[in-house]
Amino acid sequence: MERQDEWIRVERTSAFKELVQKRKAFIIPATIFFLVFYFGLPFLTAFTTVLDANVIGAINLAYIYAFAQFVMTWVLMHIYVSRANRWDDLVDRARREAAEGDETSDTDGAGRSE
Amino acid sequence: MSDQAISIIFFVLIIALTLGITVWASRKNKSTSDHYVAGGEIKGWQNGLAISGDYLSAASFLGIAGAISLTGFSGFYLSIGFLVAYLVVLLLVAEPLRNLGKYTFADMLASRFNKSSVRSAAALSTIAISMFYMVAQLNGAGALIELLLGINYTLSVIVIGILMTFYIVAGGMVATTWIQIVKAVLLIAGTLTLSFLVLAQPSIGFNPINLFNEVDSQIGSDMVVPPPPAGLVAGLDVISLNIALVLGTAGLPHILIRFLTVPDAKTARSSIVTATWIIGLFYLLTPVLGYGAALFVGQDAIAKQNPAGNTAAPQLAEALGGPIFFAFISAVAFATIVAVVAGLVVAASSAFAHDFYSNVIRGGEASEQEQLRAARFTAVGISILAILLAIPAASLNVAFLVALAFAVAASANVPVILLTIFWQRFNTTGAVTGILVGLISCIVLIILSPNVMTGPNPEPPLTPIIPIEAPFPFVYPALFSVPLGFLGCYLGTLLGGRGAEREREQGVQVSYDEIRVRSLTGISNIEQEIHEATPQEEPRTT
Repeated sequence: MERQDEWIRVERTSAFKELVQKRKAFIIPATIFFLVFYFGLPFLTAFTTVLDANVIGAINLAYIYAFAQFVMTWVLMHIYVSRANRWDDLVDRARREAAEGDETSDTDGAGRSE
Repeated sequence: MSDQAISIIFFVLIIALTLGITVWASRKNKSTSDHYVAGGEIKGWQNGLAISGDYLSAASFLGIAGAISLTGFSGFYLSIGFLVAYLVVLLLVAEPLRNLGKYTFADMLASRFNKSSVRSAAALSTIAISMFYMVAQLNGAGALIELLLGINYTLSVIVIGILMTFYIVAGGMVATTWIQIVKAVLLIAGTLTLSFLVLAQPSIGFNPINLFNEVDSQIGSDMVVPPPPAGLVAGLDVISLNIALVLGTAGLPHILIRFLTVPDAKTARSSIVTATWIIGLFYLLTPVLGYGAALFVGQDAIAKQNPAGNTAAPQLAEALGGPIFFAFISAVAFATIVAVVAGLVVAASSAFAHDFYSNVIRGGEASEQEQLRAARFTAVGISILAILLAIPAASLNVAFLVALAFAVAASANVPVILLTIFWQRFNTTGAVTGILVGLISCIVLIILSPNVMTGPNPEPPLTPIIPIEAPFPFVYPALFSVPLGFLGCYLGTLLGGRGAEREREQGVQVSYDEIRVRSLTGISNIEQEIHEATPQEEPRTT
């Protein structure tokens, strides 16, 4: 069997498909969200003065927005890690499913050669 | 005992400590794998501390504090960007890189593109980025030692250069990992103490809001509010800086190499969590350091010692904690610089020895011993070059120089890394042109900009190296060079003539199926890992 086919067999397992789908469903929206949130601050400060207003004493909206980016980073990071740790089970399942598929196809092959 | 004598004693202590670790570790530094990635056996929390150590460089400790002390809010952009960048690293790059790479980030590209031109281009960009970054660190070191010991900038650059070379040649990656860990702990302790001293001042009374109020009333509200909009070019320059900051980390060779020092993707993940907490807490304190320095040292005194503000943090330590604490903070900053430079030299010399010498020149035939020797010679060569380049950069802010290194990383490495992982049609020509277009356009734009030539606006405040009108008005090139890097990848792929499928048939490229499965699962040897799960009896053919 060609090496290439072995990778395709892992790719075709339901666990791998689920892994790809779940990662996509999380990573694409999360990346768009944090990039928009991140670039919002320099856009608003470089082209407008809406963030200049003071909120608490001399701490203005721009600083509040800046501190919110720290919170956003930590929160998003922990959400990702807790999901990714669960996705690891899908990786194990994909290995098992590929190996089981392997068993059936190889016994067939062995049967024919004898 | 004089203040200077105390400084020198602390210095000797810190240097003795770090060299001691190097000697201890060097006894364990036996194979090439140990030298490059510490044998892939570093634990998650250790690696997290080491990433923090690598990342919190002179730019963070000296540069950002100085920038905030002199310019206020705009210096804080650096802190935000340097932190949010870890989301790009964690969500998009770290795990696939861990699963595909071996010693260097070029290995990850080579896991898909089996061609020496890809390796050579990646080695070139690694060396260029490390060089920018090292010049920045040595520049910070020069300013620091000038303040501390009164010896001149040039001499202190040379002293640090020799020290760091000793580190790498003797200790390799195991030693630099431990030095990063020791230094990260020292740096955090120093920063917390310094922030505590600022907040303990009677006018602040442990209320951070008072710090902002004091700056607002004593120095002026323009130190707290963002700089007012100053037209299209200035506005886009701010965006350009932020593009470099948020994307650059994902292309920094000495940070990427850290994900290869751990055994699996899960450990890579947990090390990023540790690193992001440490780095984030540190950056959250940078306004305390910067504003503290502006209030308790004074902007005039900071600018007089170093026009770019590079010595604001140690000056603050002297003003609030006296000579002993000043010596401690300076020694921490010094250890920081030596450690970061060591990490950079490892990344750059690995790139040269492993990617270029061993795989390209010697066609993969070089023995471990020869590779190790090549890595050590390269470390010496790179250090000498960085020292020579750092000497004329004396008047620049460290954080500014590092921001340029981030721009180069974001333009040359990030497009090709992302497309290698995510784009099915990507081919070798695309990878090579992507790296070269990103790298060259970024460096050319820096040369044509007010960084090097005469600019319209006074920032950065420096004498132009080439005294003619700058044709490119932007200080930061990433807004243009990053899209150019992606465009280079795309056009190269189209013009390459051979599709990914044909390259696979010719053995130039590994199939995207394999890359997809490997990058997501960490399976590297498919025959072994899948078959061993269900042992088969092979039909005998004798």
